[in-house]
Amino acid sequence: MRIKLEKRREPSMAMLVITPVASVLLTMLIGIVVFDLIGIKGFKAVVDIFLSPLLASYKWQDVALKAAPLIIIALGLSMGNRAQVWNIGAEGQYVIGALCSAGVGIAFGAAGGFFVILLMVLAGMIGGGAWAAIPAVLRTRYNVNEILSSLMLTYVALQVLGYLVGGPWKDPNGRNFPATAPLIDAQTLPVWPGSTVHLGVLVALVLPFVFWVIMARSEFGYQVRVVGSSPTAARHGGFDSRRTIWATLIIGGAMAGLAGSLEFTGVLHKIDLGFPSGYGFTAIIVAFLGRLNPIGCLIAGIVLAVTYVGGQMAQTSVHIPNSTAGIFQAMMLFFILASDILVRYRVRIIPSAKAVA
Amino acid sequence: MSATSETARLQLTGITKRFPGVLANDHVGFSVRPGEIHALLGENGAGKSTLVKMIYGIMQPDEGEIRWNGQRITVANPKAARKLGIGMVFQHFSLFEAMTVLENIALGMDAKIPQRELEGRITAVMSQYGLKLEPQRIVSTLSVGERQRIEIVRALLLNPSLLIMDEPTSVLTPQEVEQLFVVLRKLAAEGCSILYISHKLHEIKALCDTATILRGGKLVDTCDPKVETSRSMAEKMIGGSLKDIQRGASRGFGAEKLKVQSLSLAADGPFGTALKDISFTVRAGEIFGIAGVAGNGQNALLLALSGEEPNLDHASVTVDGVQVGQMHARARRGQGVASVPEERNGHAAVPIFSLADNAILTARDRLGMVRAGLIDPKAARTYAGEVIEAFAVKATGPGAMAESLSGGNLQKYIMGREILQKPSVLVVSQPTWGVDAGAAAAIHQALVDLAATGSAIVVISQDLDELLSLCDTLAVINGGRLSKPMKVSEAKIDEIGLLMGGIHGEEPAHAH
Repeated sequence: MRIKLEKRREPSMAMLVITPVASVLLTMLIGIVVFDLIGIKGFKAVVDIFLSPLLASYKWQDVALKAAPLIIIALGLSMGNRAQVWNIGAEGQYVIGALCSAGVGIAFGAAGGFFVILLMVLAGMIGGGAWAAIPAVLRTRYNVNEILSSLMLTYVALQVLGYLVGGPWKDPNGRNFPATAPLIDAQTLPVWPGSTVHLGVLVALVLPFVFWVIMARSEFGYQVRVVGSSPTAARHGGFDSRRTIWATLIIGGAMAGLAGSLEFTGVLHKIDLGFPSGYGFTAIIVAFLGRLNPIGCLIAGIVLAVTYVGGQMAQTSVHIPNSTAGIFQAMMLFFILASDILVRYRVRIIPSAKAVA
Repeated sequence: MSATSETARLQLTGITKRFPGVLANDHVGFSVRPGEIHALLGENGAGKSTLVKMIYGIMQPDEGEIRWNGQRITVANPKAARKLGIGMVFQHFSLFEAMTVLENIALGMDAKIPQRELEGRITAVMSQYGLKLEPQRIVSTLSVGERQRIEIVRALLLNPSLLIMDEPTSVLTPQEVEQLFVVLRKLAAEGCSILYISHKLHEIKALCDTATILRGGKLVDTCDPKVETSRSMAEKMIGGSLKDIQRGASRGFGAEKLKVQSLSLAADGPFGTALKDISFTVRAGEIFGIAGVAGNGQNALLLALSGEEPNLDHASVTVDGVQVGQMHARARRGQGVASVPEERNGHAAVPIFSLADNAILTARDRLGMVRAGLIDPKAARTYAGEVIEAFAVKATGPGAMAESLSGGNLQKYIMGREILQKPSVLVVSQPTWGVDAGAAAAIHQALVDLAATGSAIVVISQDLDELLSLCDTLAVINGGRLSKPMKVSEAKIDEIGLLMGGIHGEEPAHAH
């Protein structure tokens, strides 16, 4: 018997939807088995991580707050990935975005209000975009792979963060901890009354639809798809690949910067060394689990946010470390990448060849 | 099969080969006598390649038998075929560009032979058949004809008693074709049978003793090409009557539409060809042909004309009196320049896009498919539907993926996509490459009709017959230089052949 992969005439739409769902289910199944083997109640752990946050309504706002940055960053990354641009440095762009917001906030001193907040958020987007422009220059001018340059720039961003919060921007009233002073109320994002859900969550709900229109209906989205699928055909059609690389990297950076800025002005209100929480990296998983589709990113962002919140809940309920959630997230990425092939190929099982006459 | 006094060298009976959804060979049978030059004739997809792959052991037949000198055999693999004395020269060569002729031949031998001895045998074979080759030359410096000679020498070193030649002349100049025929006739005279695959009928008439014609995997006829006419064989091959190109009565040319003046372009990479000082003009209603052996700058010329490679010199290309040299592809399309590159999948079309999405690629501006930055998918679908209908493209509809179409159908779609935009200037490369005769005739007719409406057309092709039947004016590209244009009605094949071989210029085609 032989197993053969046969190319499909057209990519399977069913598989496009089934494989991400199957990846999540497989992750849960393998989780149960592995945890049971090492002596932890696997079923309970998986239920806690994947279901409890959804069943407990008081956890919904936590899920929403975690999902917002994941969705926003993943939207930018998936647009880049469609153009075969692999920005791995969203985490750095996220940090730089938040720092730029903080800088604008500090510059305005005690002034606040709608326009100051708007400026802070815009500064975050510009900062993130500018940080991503560095890999864009290196790629288009010197043909430096953006995977490496964007990733390495993340560590540069962390150094910048450490310098600013430990030096010029250190809170004078902060008992010498390396952190910025908390934002004044007039510089924080409005919050839904009686909750912690800030305006950024609404942004994360609306943006996927904006991105969907751009990718599916606009000429720019078409350009991104053509450049990603076939650069020579793009040139034949009169599209400039280099400009597309620039645009998608900067949009990706701006989205990461926006996420950082919203997290800063909406949730944390100050920046310390713990500000980078890995959203920029987790968003890569969100982008792939969402099949690089903006609406898919919305759903996948919520799924990943659930595992974050669930991971915290499982800490107390089954006494597993918080980083267990990271293992689950990585497994999901593994399964989604492995099952990718089923979209374009079908598996054929061929019974063993008859004996040659 | 009629019984002959001597045993057939190769006899096929009832050969059948199925692929999922296709019957590639349906009970095909014929025989080849010793010393016979036997043509295997058919359109693309007729099953010729499948058939010879089974003879050469690359595939196994599902049914039927192969007899070799009367013995029933199973050819397990190409090595077994070579051992039996079956040699094959493929259409696409498998040579290492960076190695010498000798090294390439040594790599292709089944047995290890000391270099000295091999070199001696190569020289002997070459002098015996008048094949000129320098064993120490690096392959990348050789012309296509010379590369083919390496493959032939490689096959002859095994003393084959059957030599299979797959479309050997598609890349040769007329003179090289003549030289090849001399070699093949000599081989046949010595008793080697030759199975000659082609769709060029006049060659088959000139060379072959017998012709077996396949259509849709079935054997249509086995005939004597010397008795048949080219037309009768072509009609057997396509299974219908061949349509001639219909030209309007008045064939006057209008104003100058495309003017190329001292166009030069640097080579793209070490194996690319630079364009050197190319000048020509094409008038309204004129079809201008550019002949030449592959790799002499045809691709660069198409890119330079379409705007995919803009030029520093703005005056190098003029369209309708407007200088467009520095313009990119999109701006040039705005000026009315449409183009069809040689490579369909991945250059002219995005393989994983639907036909409708592929319509957007080149027609979006001229046909107003984009409004305020947003694409009108309905306009794209409608246009794709029009192209499919007008050019009889076999596809499930505008939603079909480009890669799901056969080469010929995708070519018809791409040609239609450009022609229906009514371009002022159309530049096409290899318009009928890999397209069956019926579709090729339709494409030729569409080009003639477009010219009749006052467009200027440039056809870049390696198929000299195509250019001679289609074009009004002809020039030859060689080593990135373009010869003086000549009227097709006054052109002489010999002269064109010499130009293709690079006899006129300062440097030969292969000396880069």
